[in-house]
Amino acid sequence: MLRYTINRVLLAIPTLLGVAILVFLMLRIVPGDIVEVKLRGDGGAVSQETIEMERHKLGLDKPLVIQFKDWMVGVATLNFGKSMWTERPVMEEISLRLELSLQVAIMATIFAVLIAIPLGTMAALFRDTWIDYLMRIATIGGISIPAFWFGMLIMSALLAAFNWLPPITFTPIYVDPIANLTQLIWPALAVGYRYCAVTARMIRSSLLEVLNEDYIRTARAKGVYERLVISRHALRNALLPAITVIGLEFTFLIGGLVVTEQVFNLNGIGMLFVQSVSRNDFTLIQGMVMLIAAFYVFVNLLVDLLYAVFDPRIRYW
Amino acid sequence: METRRAVLRHVSGALALGMGGLNFATVQARAQTPKRGGTLTFAISAETPHYDPHGSDTYATLHFAAPFYSTLLRFNLSKFPEVEGDLAQSWTVAEDLTSYTFKLRPSLKFHDGTPLTSADVRATYERLRNPPQGVVSTRKATFDDIGTIETPDPTTVIFKMKNLNASMLEHFASPWNIIYSAKDLAENPAGPRTRINGTGPFIFVEHVRGSHVSGRKNESYFKQGLPYLDGWKGVFTLQAAAMLNAVQGGQVLGEFRGISPAERDRLVQAMGDKIRIEESSWTLNLLVCFNVEKKPFDDVRVRRALCMAIDRWGGSQGLSRISTLRAVGGLIRPGSPFATPESELVKLPGFSKDIKKSREEAKKLLAEAGVPNLKFTLHNRNLAMPYTPAGIFLVDQWRQVGVEVEHKQFDTAPYLATMNAGNHEVAIDFSNLFMDDSSLGLAKYLSVTRAPENRSRSNDPELDKLYDDHLRERDVEKRKAMIRAFEKRLFEQAYQQPLLWWHRIVATHKVVMGWKMSPSHNLGQDLAEVWLNT
Repeated sequence: MLRYTINRVLLAIPTLLGVAILVFLMLRIVPGDIVEVKLRGDGGAVSQETIEMERHKLGLDKPLVIQFKDWMVGVATLNFGKSMWTERPVMEEISLRLELSLQVAIMATIFAVLIAIPLGTMAALFRDTWIDYLMRIATIGGISIPAFWFGMLIMSALLAAFNWLPPITFTPIYVDPIANLTQLIWPALAVGYRYCAVTARMIRSSLLEVLNEDYIRTARAKGVYERLVISRHALRNALLPAITVIGLEFTFLIGGLVVTEQVFNLNGIGMLFVQSVSRNDFTLIQGMVMLIAAFYVFVNLLVDLLYAVFDPRIRYW
Repeated sequence: METRRAVLRHVSGALALGMGGLNFATVQARAQTPKRGGTLTFAISAETPHYDPHGSDTYATLHFAAPFYSTLLRFNLSKFPEVEGDLAQSWTVAEDLTSYTFKLRPSLKFHDGTPLTSADVRATYERLRNPPQGVVSTRKATFDDIGTIETPDPTTVIFKMKNLNASMLEHFASPWNIIYSAKDLAENPAGPRTRINGTGPFIFVEHVRGSHVSGRKNESYFKQGLPYLDGWKGVFTLQAAAMLNAVQGGQVLGEFRGISPAERDRLVQAMGDKIRIEESSWTLNLLVCFNVEKKPFDDVRVRRALCMAIDRWGGSQGLSRISTLRAVGGLIRPGSPFATPESELVKLPGFSKDIKKSREEAKKLLAEAGVPNLKFTLHNRNLAMPYTPAGIFLVDQWRQVGVEVEHKQFDTAPYLATMNAGNHEVAIDFSNLFMDDSSLGLAKYLSVTRAPENRSRSNDPELDKLYDDHLRERDVEKRKAMIRAFEKRLFEQAYQQPLLWWHRIVATHKVVMGWKMSPSHNLGQDLAEVWLNT
C-alpha cells in the first residue's frame, strides 16, 4: 500500500507539470494585457512608459521560457509568487477564500452523504413502491434544479418566513462557530442537494445490482439476518462506485461554487477565480489551477485507497 | 463669477426640492438630535482596485476611501453646489482669479499622528498635476492651469494660476483630491494605492478582499463632536440580488450609489415604512462613443447616421421604467443651470423627436458613406444596471436602420482598459461628474491629446478653443452661448453623444440619519455626520 501510494504521488508530478505547462501557455495566448487592465482599468490615463515600467516590474518583459522557469522554481519550493494585481502572495490571497469554499464543500459532502446513503438504500430495498417513487422525484429535482436557483429559493424563503438572512461577511469557524455555521449551512444545503441526489441515485442503482449477486443469495441462504446482509455485504459493496462519485463531486465543488457564492455573497475561491480571470491576473490563476489540480490528484488517490478499505478483494502492492 | 455661482445655487436648490431630493420625513428626521455610537453597515456594489482616488474614476474607490480622508474644500450638500471648507478654515480668491489662498485649520493630524501642514497640501497637488513616474493621476488636466504652489507658513497655501479658470474653486472641492502626507509621498509616491493614512473622520481598520472594508471612529477628528458613529463596514455585494436581499434582511442598511426603479419597488413592497427612498436626477450619463481611428467610424456620415437612428425620447420612456436611465439631455445635466433647454436640444442632430424622418436620413447617410449594411461590435460594461439594457436598446435602434451589431460585455477593468487603449469600435462610455459646472462636463470631449478620457480618440482644435475660451469667461450668458456652440460642434461631428442621463434612487433603512442625498454619488461619502437612530 505504501509503495502504491508513493508511486501514485510520484506519478502526480508529470500530471501536475502537464497542467502547469498548459495553464501557463493558455494564459499567454488569451487576449488581454494584465498591465493595461491594471493601470488603465479604472479610467486612468497612463503613459506607455509607465506601462512598460510596470511590465518590467512584473517580469512580463522576460522571454516566456524564463518566466516559466521562474514560476516552476517557485512552485517547487511552494512559492507561487505574488498576485500581479494586488502584489500580495498568491497563497495569502487564496488561503482565506479556500478555507471558506473548503468548508462549504465539506459541509455539503457531510449533508449529502448522511442523507444519500439511507435514502438510496431505502429506495433500493423498497423498489417500485411509493418510497422509491418519492426518492426518485426528490433526486430528479436535485439533479435538475441549479444550485444557485435553489440557493435563491432558500434565501427568499428565509426572508419571507423570518425576515432574516444569514450573515454576508465570513466569520471563520475558530472565531465564532455559531456565526460561521449560521452563515455556511445554507449554501452547503444549496449545493448539497444536487450532490445528495447524484449520490443517492448511484447508491440505489448500485445496491439493486449488488442485491442480485450470488454472494447475497448465499448469505441469505445461510440464514444471515437481513439487516446484516444489507449493511455488511450489500451496502459495503454498493458504496464502491458511490465513493468515486462522492470524490469527484467534492473536487468539483471546490472549483464550481462560483454562482452559488455570488447568491450568498460568499468570498470564496470561485469568486476569486472569476475576479482573477476578468483581471488577467496570471499568477493568481496559475496558483489556483495548480492548487485545484493537486486537489483532484489527492482526492482521486484517496478514493482509490478507500476502495481497498471497503472491498477486501482490492489490494494495492 | 459671483453671478454664475448664484445662478448655480438657486437653480440647483430648486431642483433638489422639485425632484424629491429632500422629503418631509427626511427634513423632520434631520431635525432630531443625533445619537452617538453604533456601526453602519452598507453595501458597496463593486470593490475598489486600489485605494488611491487621485488615480481613479470609479465610485468604488470613493465609497471605500472617502471616510478615511479629507479634502481642501468640499461641497455643502444642503446648499449644493455651494462649497465649504474641509481642511481649509478660510480662503480668499484674487479678484482677477490669478491666485487662491487657503488658510488651514490649526492642529490637523494624520491618523499616524503626524501633523498636517501646508507642505502636505502642496505635495498632494503636485502629485495631482504632475504625477511622478509610476503614479497615475486622472486629474492631471484639471490642475494644468496651476502655475506654482507656495507655502509661506505651515497653515497657508497659495495656488498661483498660469491661466485663468473660472471654476477652479469648485475643482478644489472635488471629492477625488484627497490630501496625502508629504512624508508618505516622499517615501513612496505610489504608496497611497496600497496604504491608507488620512485625516478623515474614520481610521482604517481592515480590507478583506472580496468581502468588506471597515473603519473606526477617529477620536482626534478635527471637526468637534464628529463623527457620530463608532465605526462603519462597507460590504462588497457584487450581485444586485444579493445586495437587495441584504438590505431587506437588515444585513446592510443601504447602498449609496443607487438602485433601479424595479429594485426600489421591490424594497418598498417588502419593507413598507422601514425603508427610506430618496431620488434625484444624476450627474451621470451614458454615451455612445465611436472610435474615430477605426474604419468606417472615421467618416462623420457614419457616426452621425448612427446617432440619428437612436430614439432617445421614446427610449427614455421605456428605459426609465426598467433602469436608472431617464432624462434626455445634452452635455450638461438636464435641468441644471447650464443645460440646453429641450426646445434647442431637439434641433441638434440625434435629438429630433421625429424619429421616422431621422432614421430615413440616417439610412441615406449610411448609403452615401458606402456602408448600407454596416456590421460592428458594441463594446459594453457587464453591469446590469444600466449598461445591459442600454446596450440591448442600442442594438435594436440600429437594427431599424439595417445595421447589425454584436453586443459584447466585459468586466469593468477590461472594459475600461480596452477603451483606454483604443481597441474598441463603438462603445457605451459614461460621463461620471461630481458637479454641473461645464469646465468638468465638457472636458471629456476635448482632443484626446489633452483629455485621455476622450474615448472617441478625436482631435478637434475647434472644440479645444471653444472650451478654453469658455473656461476663461466669467459672464454667465456668454458662457452659456459658448457651451451651446461646443455642443453643436460636437454633435455635428458626432464623435460621441449622450444617450440618456441617469436618475438616482437611494434606499436606506430609516434608522440611518444624517446622510445627504445629492445629484452625484461621488459626494458626501465621508460619513462624518451619519448617525443611527436605534
